[in-house]
Amino acid sequence: MTVAEDVRASAQTPAPRKPGKGAQARSRRREAIALVMPSLVPILVLSVAPLVMGLALAFTDARLVRNPDYDFTGVENFVKLAGNSFFWDSLRIGLIWTVGVTVLQLAASMGLALLLNSGLRLQGLTRVLALIPWAMPPVVVAIMWQMIYSANGGPLNAFLGRVGLPDDINWLGDFSTALPAVIVVGVWVGMPQTTVTLLAGLQQIPADLNEAAAVDGAGAWRRFTAVTWPSLRPIVASITSLNFIWNFNSFSLVYVLTAGGPGGKTMVPVLFIYLEAFKNRNIGYAAAMGLVLVIIVVALLAIYLRSQFRDDRAERGR
Amino acid sequence: MRALLRPAQYLALAAYILFLGFPLLWLISASVKSSGELNSLTVSLLPQQWHWDNYSEALDRQGLIHSAGNSLVVALVSTALVIVIALPASYVLARLKGKVRAAGVGWILTSQVFPVVLVILPLFLILRTIGLADNLFGLTLVHTTYTLPFALWMLQGYVTAIPVDLEEAGAMDGAGRWTVLRAIVFPLLMPGIVATAMFAFVSSWNEFFFALVLLQSPENYTLPITLNMFIGGEGKVSLGPLAAGAVLAAIPSIVFFTILRRKLTSGLMAGAVKG
Repeated sequence: MTVAEDVRASAQTPAPRKPGKGAQARSRRREAIALVMPSLVPILVLSVAPLVMGLALAFTDARLVRNPDYDFTGVENFVKLAGNSFFWDSLRIGLIWTVGVTVLQLAASMGLALLLNSGLRLQGLTRVLALIPWAMPPVVVAIMWQMIYSANGGPLNAFLGRVGLPDDINWLGDFSTALPAVIVVGVWVGMPQTTVTLLAGLQQIPADLNEAAAVDGAGAWRRFTAVTWPSLRPIVASITSLNFIWNFNSFSLVYVLTAGGPGGKTMVPVLFIYLEAFKNRNIGYAAAMGLVLVIIVVALLAIYLRSQFRDDRAERGR
Repeated sequence: MRALLRPAQYLALAAYILFLGFPLLWLISASVKSSGELNSLTVSLLPQQWHWDNYSEALDRQGLIHSAGNSLVVALVSTALVIVIALPASYVLARLKGKVRAAGVGWILTSQVFPVVLVILPLFLILRTIGLADNLFGLTLVHTTYTLPFALWMLQGYVTAIPVDLEEAGAMDGAGRWTVLRAIVFPLLMPGIVATAMFAFVSSWNEFFFALVLLQSPENYTLPITLNMFIGGEGKVSLGPLAAGAVLAAIPSIVFFTILRRKLTSGLMAGAVKG
């Protein structure tokens, strides 16, 4: 049915509601569409369209040249990709980076949030400090940490030397330390949001729950596992999913810190795809990698969220 | 055991403050050290001699002021666009129930999920087709579009906080829809608009990935791109001016974030917790 036929058909069928009310609803709807349109247009053109095109490009042999002329190649890119060990290496590195940052972020932020919630002094200072990493341009963060990690005259090595540990480590340049060093920076950057969110969650837990547990003789750890953690579960689930996605997709930090080096040891998938598209100019192939990435992220996320919700149902005895 | 708890907590807090604050202190300290001191093997947080030349050298460096100007224009224009575009839509999102709202909220959440790297290739092609690839206005439009979902989310939260009764009272007094919006809704929404605007400005000012891919001519570079060029391109890196440039680039966002941290965190909270 064409649009015109559709309109005619709907005009012929008698309106089920009173005519006045229907007209009012229609005019309201028209008004709403007019108000939403300015947001919708840029999103459709610059966000939805590229996404759809990106999915389509994955099945072509498109190259980044002046006059792109490309053919539909079906699943050829994916077959080629299956045999590309560098891509699978980058996926492995990306997973270590993402899981490492997400888990450490959660652990470190939980510690800080609990401290801030326990009525210590210096809360204001800590909160401002905790929020600064978030405000800084990723490029500046990367430059700053390059200085901290510097093998010559960097403060980290200087400190290690002073306490009698090896002090000549090239943190970002050594095969074994580069990825952990980059992960620490990721944790530093991502802590503010996680901390702030957890803190807000902690403040929603009624104090008498904790007091009741304390009266029953529960120690700090027992109170955490029995009262705090279960109450925070929904917040932890949502912040962990979001952090997972953000970390998996984060580009700027690793790009400026190491550009994937040394020897590809920090080549996260997003970086790998960027290089394939804009250095090797294989955009069709790169889009296929992007699509595989999306599928993996969504699948992992689904598994995680499912486990969360199943546990919830079990706990509530449904 | 009890007596030991407080000192242990303060010790842990000190460790956090060191972890979060020290890198920043080191950057600032490096920005006021002479190159001789930066290259020497004696390492200390406080400079032996305060050396402000790094800042003037950073500003003299080719392109830094120019690209800061580019960043400023892109950030200001995209902020204005985000607010003008998002304001009416956020009003609809907040006031209309049903499908419109569900679709809007659904989009806002999914927009956080898909990886920009899949979008960036076609986005580059689309912009190249309409002649806006290596172009500051093109970058502005991209920043606007990708800040929109979150701006919408923040703004609709602020609209929801305004009681509908107030609008209905206005309508009873015979005011038209537009008058109600202008006289009642917008003034009450002002704090939310300011917070959202600051968020949009900072997002654009800090943004790196789109700028890296979309901009090719050095005269179009934004500040993060120029700073990145300082590290890689020129062989010998002079750390002092680099640190000074980095400090200058971080100042606007840090100032904004410190001003609005309460509002922003509550906005983010709503997104994270309800999401």
